[in-house]
Amino acid sequence: MTPTTTVFRPAPASRVLEAVAAWLLGLLWILPLVYAVWTAFHPSAYSTRFEIGAPLTLQNFVNAWNAAPFARYFLNTMLLVTMVVVAQMIFGTLAAYALARFEFRGRDLVFGLILLQLMVMPDVLIVENYRTMNALGLRDTILAIGLPYFASAFGIFLLRQTFKTVPRELDDAARVEGASAVQILMKVYVPLARPVYLAYALVSVSYHWNNFLWPLIVSNSVETRPLTVGLQVFSSTDQGVDWSIITAATLMTSAPLLVGFLLFQRQFVQSFMRAGIR
Amino acid sequence: MNRLRTQATPWLLLLPALALLVTFTHWPALATVWDGFFSTAKKGRPSHFIGIENYRSMVEDDVFWQALWNNVFYAIGTIPLSIALAIAMALWVNSRIQGRGFLRLAYFTPTVLPMIAVANIWLFFYTPQYGLLEQITQWLGLPSHNWLGDKHTVLGAMIVVAVWKEAGFFMIFYLAALQQIAPSLAEAAALEGASRWQYFRRVLFPLLMPTTLFVLINALINSVRMVDHIFVMTRGGPDNASTLLLYYIYQVGFSFWDTGYAAALTVVVLAALGIVAFLQLRFLDRRTHYQ
Amino acid sequence: MNNAFRMALAATAAIVVSLPAAAQKVTEVNFYYPVAVGGPVTKTIDQMAADFGKENPDIKVNPIYSGTYQESIVKVLTATKSGKPPQLAVLLSTDMFSLIDEEAIVPIDDVAKSADDRKWLDGFYKSFMLNSRTGGKTWGIPFQRSTIVLYWNKDAFKEAGLDPEKGPASWDQMVEFAKKLTKTDANGNVTQWGVKIPSSGFPYWLFQGLTTPNDAVLMNDAGTETYFDKPAVIEALQYWVDLSAKHKVMPSGVIEWGTTPKDFFEKKAAMIWTTTGNLTNIRANAGFPFGVAMLPAKKHFGSPTGGGNLYLFAKNTPAEQQASLKFMKWLTAPQRAAQWSIATGYVAVTPAAWETPEMKKYAQEVPQAAVARDQLQYSVAELSTHDNQRVTTALNNGLQAALTGSKPPAEAMKDSQREATRILKDFKH
Repeated sequence: MTPTTTVFRPAPASRVLEAVAAWLLGLLWILPLVYAVWTAFHPSAYSTRFEIGAPLTLQNFVNAWNAAPFARYFLNTMLLVTMVVVAQMIFGTLAAYALARFEFRGRDLVFGLILLQLMVMPDVLIVENYRTMNALGLRDTILAIGLPYFASAFGIFLLRQTFKTVPRELDDAARVEGASAVQILMKVYVPLARPVYLAYALVSVSYHWNNFLWPLIVSNSVETRPLTVGLQVFSSTDQGVDWSIITAATLMTSAPLLVGFLLFQRQFVQSFMRAGIR
Repeated sequence: MNRLRTQATPWLLLLPALALLVTFTHWPALATVWDGFFSTAKKGRPSHFIGIENYRSMVEDDVFWQALWNNVFYAIGTIPLSIALAIAMALWVNSRIQGRGFLRLAYFTPTVLPMIAVANIWLFFYTPQYGLLEQITQWLGLPSHNWLGDKHTVLGAMIVVAVWKEAGFFMIFYLAALQQIAPSLAEAAALEGASRWQYFRRVLFPLLMPTTLFVLINALINSVRMVDHIFVMTRGGPDNASTLLLYYIYQVGFSFWDTGYAAALTVVVLAALGIVAFLQLRFLDRRTHYQ
Repeated sequence: MNNAFRMALAATAAIVVSLPAAAQKVTEVNFYYPVAVGGPVTKTIDQMAADFGKENPDIKVNPIYSGTYQESIVKVLTATKSGKPPQLAVLLSTDMFSLIDEEAIVPIDDVAKSADDRKWLDGFYKSFMLNSRTGGKTWGIPFQRSTIVLYWNKDAFKEAGLDPEKGPASWDQMVEFAKKLTKTDANGNVTQWGVKIPSSGFPYWLFQGLTTPNDAVLMNDAGTETYFDKPAVIEALQYWVDLSAKHKVMPSGVIEWGTTPKDFFEKKAAMIWTTTGNLTNIRANAGFPFGVAMLPAKKHFGSPTGGGNLYLFAKNTPAEQQASLKFMKWLTAPQRAAQWSIATGYVAVTPAAWETPEMKKYAQEVPQAAVARDQLQYSVAELSTHDNQRVTTALNNGLQAALTGSKPPAEAMKDSQREATRILKDFKH
């Protein structure tokens, strides 16, 4: 899209003002991360003092690494998030297709029931769901952490919306060529909904990356525990907050994501752009 | 034979999702509503039916009303601000400003940092005497302030943290939406002599409406759901000045183990959210054009 | 010939693999523990479990990290209510009544029946047992316990013209010292506060550090009554409020627990009240000589105890309970109690632990560590009642209301008492 600034040509003064505002906001936004980097690499005496000549150290990372098996936690979180997002896409696609393109009795009722989940906080259903997990014999598995989230009303809603905007002609054309319902789904609908899949994947990854309470309750062992639960070991201690170690741990665990976004953000946004051409 | 298959197909497609939802959402939710009509089991006295007694206690509960008021204030504080900032960020990142790649990264970083860790960093920012904010205000010669320990400023401080965490995330959706708007629209508006602000207000913003409604739902859900920073930074204090509804539900349900009352509180929150969301969705469904 | 040979090999392999499993019946003990101090605690616990396993090959302890104290009890009770309780857990000593009410734990004396066991039960400091016994039975075993102490900055004392080797011994002295220690800069902002008593999260605990010296008791032994509105209690709260409101030696508003040690290191507070568990942390990071004192006396010295006990869970097999008991005894043996205390900063829970050579050496190197132990003779039980969380929340709200100036102390305490009485109504017979 052509930026409005080239089309409308605002006065240079207001352009500069805007640039300054954008930059100020950007700096403000990245401030916690900058603080984290400063504090992680300096000894704890400098966690509140910002003297330029302060000595650098890697000891915080060593301490953080030794406090808990973060490599494993990271792996667990990646497995969990991947599992959840893939399941959500698959189950969501199937359900959305059914709701968008099929006429059957009770369809609106089912849709309403599904939408109910949008508002229900999984956090408050912990005790019941824990009981169910026990009954299923899934306690302390990564599957148990993800299972309640595999069907996402939000995803179904989004996909149904998107599928409804697909032109019927494409559908009919494929049907004429003898494709079955599922084949039509895969060949026609799914490719056209790509930006929605991306957007939804983003929402979901962000949620599950940050989820804390349910994983804490369900996971017992190191092989299951995700990052958020692992990081908790540094937080809320009787001894008070030690910013040096907590920022070191945060950097260690967020760095891959940050680097990933840094390297791939162009592709990420581009795919949004490309899929937008109708 | 074909008809049978056609009848069965949608149900088969729906089956996995429905099964999961019923098991992990509907059934526990029903159990919660059901629990709301019973007293909590205590030693020597099993749980018994008390009708709307829990709801009656709720009306008399000062902390509930405080939490409700806090949540309303909190929602009013976070939702418009994070949406407005998200739009501004998307517009800036989409324009020809220098260093927009860095800006895009800067705006998005809060999303990838887990709240557990980030809340502690913000705790430092707000710490009196040597926290970051204090260092800045001292440098500017302004008086010292205990942001989190003062009941007048604590909720505002929490709002800032929430907006910081969310706005960059919403920015991505606006960015995607902006990319899909035809450039010819801007050119046509410029030809007709419209200013940039007029173009934004009359053309761009209405076109972004579906995204705004989508983001609005997300922001609303987050304003109820995201309470992790309360746990780490204030624990609802001072004297419930920063207690939000979900935090209170958690306190009643998992700290006091008053499952009956917690269930009743949950039902109230869900009902309120449900009504708002239902209205929003009807609006959204009607506004969007289908074929 | 090849096929038969391969099958025989496979069969042999299968038998060999399954042999060790069939040989011994291993009792598993799931041990939930919180982490409330810094340092590689999870590693220490894992090591302890491994060491115990070597000495007792028929018992396998699974240490399961469960978050903070608050998160731990959520995890434990959720598991219990779903029919799969742990065998052993470390939880707050004040959770005793709640755990009893939820029928989650069993009295230790029901399982620890031998004469040896009895001797072990009697070997703990009496003040730690106050929160561990009720109705004539022992429900918890002290494991990581603490008291509140006052840390003071010796350099700051010297600067202010005070004797750096003597901490404040009375309430009046604390105010007097604090006035000399409070420094302000040109703009009128305070650069160093005389004293900081944290009031976030669980102010009731710090409050007991004021009510106990004033000879006020906050609850009865059965945990069915509270006495928040007694004059001595209100007087204690008034003293706390006056520190900021009248004497201006403490900041107003709620003071964050988590940043108070850092305030001390940064020399923003010359005296702080915090747990003995912070001793190792303060030793490592203070960068200036510091002293540790018992809490200042009013009518006499006094402090609440704090920290976590070991609890034995119900609905487990007798074998599991015996195995858990064995582990409990092993964990609290003098050697190990001493090691745990030195590593974490908690107070070693038995007099025998203090007599071990490591502990004696530690007490010599770090005389400040003994202050907490010496304060034990004046220590009282931490506030603990039925429906404990609710009652302490009522008190916390009242304290924070008074400290932020929303309510005068008398009114705040009367409101808290009214709320607590309402909550405990159902528990009185």
